[in-house]
Amino acid sequence: MNLAELRKKLLAAARAQPPGWDVPYAFEKRVMARLAEKPALDLFAIWNRTLWQAVAPCLAVTLFLGVWTFLAQRNDNSRETLAADLENSLYAPLDNQTETW
Amino acid sequence: MADSAAVEWTDAELIAAVLNGETASFEPLVKKYQPRVFATARRYARRESEVEDIVQEVFLKAFQKLRSFRGDAPFEHWLMRLAVRTCYDFLRAHRRNREMSFADISDEESDWLERFGADPSDASEHAAAARELVERLLAQLSPAARLVLTLLEIEDRSVKEIAGLTGWSLSVVKIRAFRARAEMRKCLEKLAREKYL
Repeated sequence: MNLAELRKKLLAAARAQPPGWDVPYAFEKRVMARLAEKPALDLFAIWNRTLWQAVAPCLAVTLFLGVWTFLAQRNDNSRETLAADLENSLYAPLDNQTETW
Repeated sequence: MADSAAVEWTDAELIAAVLNGETASFEPLVKKYQPRVFATARRYARRESEVEDIVQEVFLKAFQKLRSFRGDAPFEHWLMRLAVRTCYDFLRAHRRNREMSFADISDEESDWLERFGADPSDASEHAAAARELVERLLAQLSPAARLVLTLLEIEDRSVKEIAGLTGWSLSVVKIRAFRARAEMRKCLEKLAREKYL
């Protein structure tokens, strides 16, 4: 069987018999009735919209806190004290081992 | 505005009225363009109930997105883009069992194929059986392949037109057309292998 010819013939068949343009009776009324209906509550869409609306304020807060922390650190000379405090906190269980056991 | 039947309103006037809150002005637009949208939907769905669902979806989307219609192209073009994309969504959502099976083809389709096998010129492309066979073949293709073949080979649209209708780039349309032809060739090979060799 010549498949290329079959393909051509079948596509020609589809072209030769285009679909009908007929419309069911009063279809436009049905569409208009659907438009008049109260839209169904789409919880997922509401949640989605809320999340997107929250993006800008969250970014603003993050940026603000970032800048604030950065500036606060620049003005603060207690970096070494902080490092020492952190070290003390980390090693505290080891230092107090004798007391615990 | 929609009640004044004696006056022929232009699409632009009707759209402006809808956007101003006169929902009823959308009805003449639906009435005017629904035959074209029905014909498009019938290319992709066989059952009439599915066709009606698609057309309804197209007009509901058109109403919801009407504000995004800029008016630099005819409303019909904008609506047809929406229709084609809705049909594509329908095809993707209704991927049926695409496993090739030609075991259940009708006697008429079988006869048509036999006539074609004996003498290709003897099998008329105007026969209903040929139309049924091409429907069966298209139903086996992936949604993108079916869409692109329908627009390119059956509706004779250019690559540029298809890109506009689908929202794909020109290169994507070309790649999908190439793959679609290969997919169809495979389907035809399977049909020939299963039935007539």
